Amino acid sequence: MGVEGIGARVLRKEDKRFITGKGKYTDDMVVPGMKHATFVRSPHAHARITGIDVDAAKAMSGVVAVLTGSELKADGIGNLICGWMIHSKDGTPMKMGAWSPLATDKVRYVGDAVAIVIADTKGEARDAAEAVEVSYEELPVVVNALDAMQQGAPEIHAEAPDNLIFDWDLGDEAATNAAFAKAAHVTSMDIVNNRLVPNAMEPRATLGVYDSGEDHYTCWTTSQNPHVARLVMSAFYNVAPENKLRVIAPDVGGGFGSKIYIYPEEITCLWASRKTGVPVKWVADRTESFLTDAHGRDHVTHAEIAFDSDHRILGLKVATIANLGAYMSLFSSCVPTYLYATLLSGQYAIPAIHANVKTVYTNTAPVDAYRGAGRPEATYVLERIMETAARELKISPAELRRKNFVKSFPHQTPVIMCYDAGDFDATLDAAMNAADYAGFENRRQEAAKRGKLRGIGMSCYIEACGLAPSSAVGSLGAGVGLWESAEVRVNAVGTIEILTGSHSHGQGHETTFAQLAAERFGVPIDSVSIVHGDTDKVQMGMGTYGSRSGAVGMSAIAKALDKVEAKAKKIAAHLLEADEADIEIKNGDVRVAGTDKSVPWFQVALAAYTAHNLPSGMEPGLKEGAFYDPSNFTFPGGCHICEVEIDPETGTTEIVQFVAADDFGNIINPMIVEGQVHGGLAQGIGQALLEATHYDASGQLLTASYMDYTMPRAVDLPSFTVTNTVTACPSNPLGVKGCGEAGAIGSPPAVINAVTDAISNNNLAMPATPQNVWAALQAAK
Amino acid sequence: MYETQYHRATSVEGAARQMGEAEDGKYLAGGMTLIPTMKQRLASPSDLVDLRRIEALKGVKITGRTVRIGAVTSHYDVSTNVELAKICPAITSLAGHIGDPQVRNMGTIGGSIANNDPAADYPSALLALDATIVTNRRSIAAADYFIGLFETALEPDEIITAVEFTAPDRAAYKKFPNPASLYAMAGVFVAKSGDTVRVAVTGAGENGVFRLEDAETALAADFHASALDNLTVDPNGLLSDLHASAEYRANLVKVMAKRAVAEIASRPM
Repeated sequence: MGVEGIGARVLRKEDKRFITGKGKYTDDMVVPGMKHATFVRSPHAHARITGIDVDAAKAMSGVVAVLTGSELKADGIGNLICGWMIHSKDGTPMKMGAWSPLATDKVRYVGDAVAIVIADTKGEARDAAEAVEVSYEELPVVVNALDAMQQGAPEIHAEAPDNLIFDWDLGDEAATNAAFAKAAHVTSMDIVNNRLVPNAMEPRATLGVYDSGEDHYTCWTTSQNPHVARLVMSAFYNVAPENKLRVIAPDVGGGFGSKIYIYPEEITCLWASRKTGVPVKWVADRTESFLTDAHGRDHVTHAEIAFDSDHRILGLKVATIANLGAYMSLFSSCVPTYLYATLLSGQYAIPAIHANVKTVYTNTAPVDAYRGAGRPEATYVLERIMETAARELKISPAELRRKNFVKSFPHQTPVIMCYDAGDFDATLDAAMNAADYAGFENRRQEAAKRGKLRGIGMSCYIEACGLAPSSAVGSLGAGVGLWESAEVRVNAVGTIEILTGSHSHGQGHETTFAQLAAERFGVPIDSVSIVHGDTDKVQMGMGTYGSRSGAVGMSAIAKALDKVEAKAKKIAAHLLEADEADIEIKNGDVRVAGTDKSVPWFQVALAAYTAHNLPSGMEPGLKEGAFYDPSNFTFPGGCHICEVEIDPETGTTEIVQFVAADDFGNIINPMIVEGQVHGGLAQGIGQALLEATHYDASGQLLTASYMDYTMPRAVDLPSFTVTNTVTACPSNPLGVKGCGEAGAIGSPPAVINAVTDAISNNNLAMPATPQNVWAALQAAK
Repeated sequence: MYETQYHRATSVEGAARQMGEAEDGKYLAGGMTLIPTMKQRLASPSDLVDLRRIEALKGVKITGRTVRIGAVTSHYDVSTNVELAKICPAITSLAGHIGDPQVRNMGTIGGSIANNDPAADYPSALLALDATIVTNRRSIAAADYFIGLFETALEPDEIITAVEFTAPDRAAYKKFPNPASLYAMAGVFVAKSGDTVRVAVTGAGENGVFRLEDAETALAADFHASALDNLTVDPNGLLSDLHASAEYRANLVKVMAKRAVAEIASRPM
């Protein structure tokens, strides 16, 4: 490894601009003639629109236009879609209700957009939005998934009778029932995975610019995947043809999944720019973010696990009801299905699994992927029930897990996934050693003397990342392929630009990706620039989510680097009059191995562009592109151990130790990986202890600000102990697996297992707030 | 935020005059509640009369054991007042745990008690300290000042100028914060002067701050945390919300009261 190559703890190149306030976000974009938009939003969770009167608003100071859904429809703008087809077990396709960017007939959740007001200033737009008179006829409301399935529940979409979107099965039900019939012990649990609000630091924003001279559209947007935004807006929403639409996602302040999707606002602003002839900017305020960013999780599950007399797992049955909210967001259908049920085997050899998932509409914000997306829900079910089973069987939770670990690879699970590599004993051992698991009982007794209840809990998780082999996901219903593209441009003086279809919104790609080129050519990372987030610069890409940018995005870069390296070696061999096979590239020099004959890297690049002396027939230039389509998912896994102390008088939980031992395969920048783990753990611990999303019975979001929605603060978190073991991923050229979501996936069950251990009451739902823990302690008395 | 006229007053009289001329004015102190409320368009005063630059309303004055805190003294300035900490550490500690550093540097004692948020910290201190709220018109005993949720004895346009109290022999404040907002979900201020013990509770009552008389009686007889072991706090009349049921708040009130007494006991006399 070079000082800035693979494995180096290089400081992040992008941080200078972020921490000095020089980042350029969508709201920083200013174009001539730009106007400001505010959306008129429904105050009701479910109502029929009986009239919209915009006259008073149009007459107000500074107002450019007030536009409604009927005008949008008349211009042929399409409804929003869910891009992953799921079929119910009876073979019928999922029942997708219409989602117009601006509601025309009905509103279905508080925050549903009804009209757009465009004015000279944001303040004038807000004033005028209040003057838009929408007449509503209120309808009965349902916010809870179980209630939505009851007979007589309010019907939210005519397309979906009984609010049921699909009733989907995975696994072999008969084989699973047969396995349970042989069981010596069965553990059953009801498990709720709490709804979360993503809360990216930067609210969503968009700036739509229509150029009538060129008949061309530019959309600045807070997106994790600008190319997918362009594709979908073009192909499905009829906003503009792809060649006439440029989508730019500049610096983006966090996404966590919530910025994967195409929302009504960017479609409406682009269309409104053409309609009005002015550039239209919209920036969400925090309340709009709470109300309308796609939420995460919200599962209700019943799970049963069967063991033989030797404590080996015979089978697993899982029945889950997932609340998808008022509309099907872009990838909402795949989250509780192929990103969830396929991971229910966890780290264990389970002969038979059957999962049933029902998804329903409710009068709440749409629910889609949020950091981990399905895999945290699967891990929570499996690791809660494993811990519970160990308690019932009165054996060590670590040993119950160890006994059932998958030990040889590849391992085909009964739920599609084929694990390619891993060493689960290694991560369990690493975590137990780092946590001094053996010394816990002494610590428990010492804490008891101080009046504290001390508990320990673990979670052995696996996730599927590196999304994903295109043909595989295509066969499962995906509307897109999940490859990635890259282009490596070596400039005439040897500096390098790497264009990638991945998008960085906090992950540190500008540093990590540059390290690949530094490793390959021995150049400093300062001479390598990463270009991303602009459909006019990067030809095509699938964006960043599902911990895919390492395994898929960097693999594409590696492939392009291979091609550049091969051509550079040909040129160098020609310049040095040597055999191509003898050329090696080291520390910025291209040399003939074992000799002192060399040529500096920049001269090879220069030779490629002067083209005065290239091998016969060779094209000038040093620029190569590659598309990489993964051959398999990647399978990061690990063991998290949480140790808590609870104040029995107040129910307050303090995390006194948190150990994460993760296997991410090979690691490019350990510092950035640790940062990703820390951030993921903060969000996982936030889910487990703090974050609760409450709608009241009328569909009002009660936790719509930081006065009531508890985001984790530094004081809520311990100093993490993070360690790694490595089994290289055999499915990609770099041997990497992905690390972005692991913290949020592995940690919630570890925390709740620790809390329930401390309070000796297993009946505790997330978040384990002081009130909830205190109530559980009273119930256990 | 709706459009508003901002006036920076330099004297109490001037402020009162500006308010008199305003159509629907509001006094502004630290603005830690009013400004966010206006930004959310939930309040739309025609005029804001800023009291925070009036020099006469600033600062802590100590004469023997008599304390006078000017109405626009920031929480930060109270929390860092060394002389005040010598005679009443409970109030400097309370001020040092309000909100976050930004709030403590902007927020003021007068603004806090004029707003009388049921979860604010200061009301419990002033009630337990038997403080006097001094205005541009009169002096009001704390017991008569705090009326209900966001409701006080202040007349429209009346300006708080200072808060006065006699430092107690011993006192402590313990709060259990709302995990999201960090406002008090149960905050208990215990003050002992001679044989008199006063215990005031904020964050928990349906009508705002209140005195916990059963605890006062028990502690007057035996000033130890254990004297509250058999205290029963009635959940009736306590707030109940997402973060804390009335029953849980009742428990927190008792626990915080005991911890306040224990803290007093742990301090050197």
